[in-house]
Amino acid sequence: MERIPILKMGDFLLVTIQVDLYDQLAENLESDLVNAVKKNNSKGVLIDISSVSIIDSFMGRILGNIGIMSRIMGAQSVIVGMQPAVAMTLVELGLTLTGVSTALNVEKGMELLRSKILLSEGQSYYDENNNTE
Amino acid sequence: MEDKSVKILKEKKDAILELWVSKQMAQDSYFNADDQKEDSEDFVSAFLSALNDTNINDQDARSFEKVHDVLMGISVSRAKRGFTPRETGVYMFTFKEALLETLSKEITDPVRLYEDSLKVSKIIDNMAILTFEAFIRGREDVISRQTDEITEISTPVIRVWDGVVALPIIGTLDSARTQVVMENLLQQIVETGSTIAILDISGVPAVDSLVAQHLIKTVSATRLLGAECIISGIRPEIAQIVVHLGIDLSNIITKSTLASALQTAFNMLQLEVNKKKGNFINS
Repeated sequence: MERIPILKMGDFLLVTIQVDLYDQLAENLESDLVNAVKKNNSKGVLIDISSVSIIDSFMGRILGNIGIMSRIMGAQSVIVGMQPAVAMTLVELGLTLTGVSTALNVEKGMELLRSKILLSEGQSYYDENNNTE
Repeated sequence: MEDKSVKILKEKKDAILELWVSKQMAQDSYFNADDQKEDSEDFVSAFLSALNDTNINDQDARSFEKVHDVLMGISVSRAKRGFTPRETGVYMFTFKEALLETLSKEITDPVRLYEDSLKVSKIIDNMAILTFEAFIRGREDVISRQTDEITEISTPVIRVWDGVVALPIIGTLDSARTQVVMENLLQQIVETGSTIAILDISGVPAVDSLVAQHLIKTVSATRLLGAECIISGIRPEIAQIVVHLGIDLSNIITKSTLASALQTAFNMLQLEVNKKKGNFINS
């Protein structure tokens, strides 16, 4: 069965969705991802959906779920590269994905993920900042 | 006997044209002799060459199609040049008068004259209706083109800083326009890689719950892309209306002026604007 690959990069998990999602694929991704978070003890998940051109309400909900699930498991998640048309569709569907962080591209997503992890780890972020100044 | 009036009309082509043009001139103070005489001449020749014994009885005859085409061309071009409906109406009805006058001069038998006049009237009336349809269609084309142009020029996305885009909205926001605004804004955010978008609504005359809904949608879509959206230009009246209507804007960053929105954007990007140090003797 077709699956979306989940890449491990240090503390992060990298998911690049290159095909249009259908229901089964999205459900598999959801369960694979939480298992991978558990297995690798990951701190961050980055999902790139820049080549996804169609997202329906089910897929929107799955994306939201992934964000919430990984947060419960102690990993931060960021969705990057959403196409304008997709964003407009989701808004029209009433899915504003409030629980999920988003970024324009992978680079900015990584930056956001790092800062979020530092933030969630508490004081260390401020310590680092103070040290550099 | 039938062919007689057709024959008369065909023979009297020049006389009809002259009569028609003079009638138009009498009715229409803006008559432009060269231009409209040419139009009239084209139409008279098309009409008279199409007219024959069989189709004089049938206003919908296919043989009139060419005449209708000529007529519609004239009508549409008149609409685009800003003629009034009255002028176009005069154009058709003076033609009918010219035809009927010519017939009445040539046919002596009152019954025949009445019958033939009726037939000619019917044909011309049908053409007048077509003319009006074409005229209105021509006007509508102009209006829809202008609407498109207005929508196009009224949603400029300005890059105010590296990573900050602004979109001043002027005029009423309706659903169709919000769609265009949203599309343009999202497209620009992706193209420029901006992380902050400022939506300035100081040019929006009134905000109701529908407009607020549109604004909230735009903000949500911007957030989905991974950018932050600031709404600026909230005038005191707008603030009052929003609160009275019970619209919740609490999870949207709103500012009263574009300047304060830009200041917020700078803060978010951790930028600082400083006054230049030193004295200004040289300036």
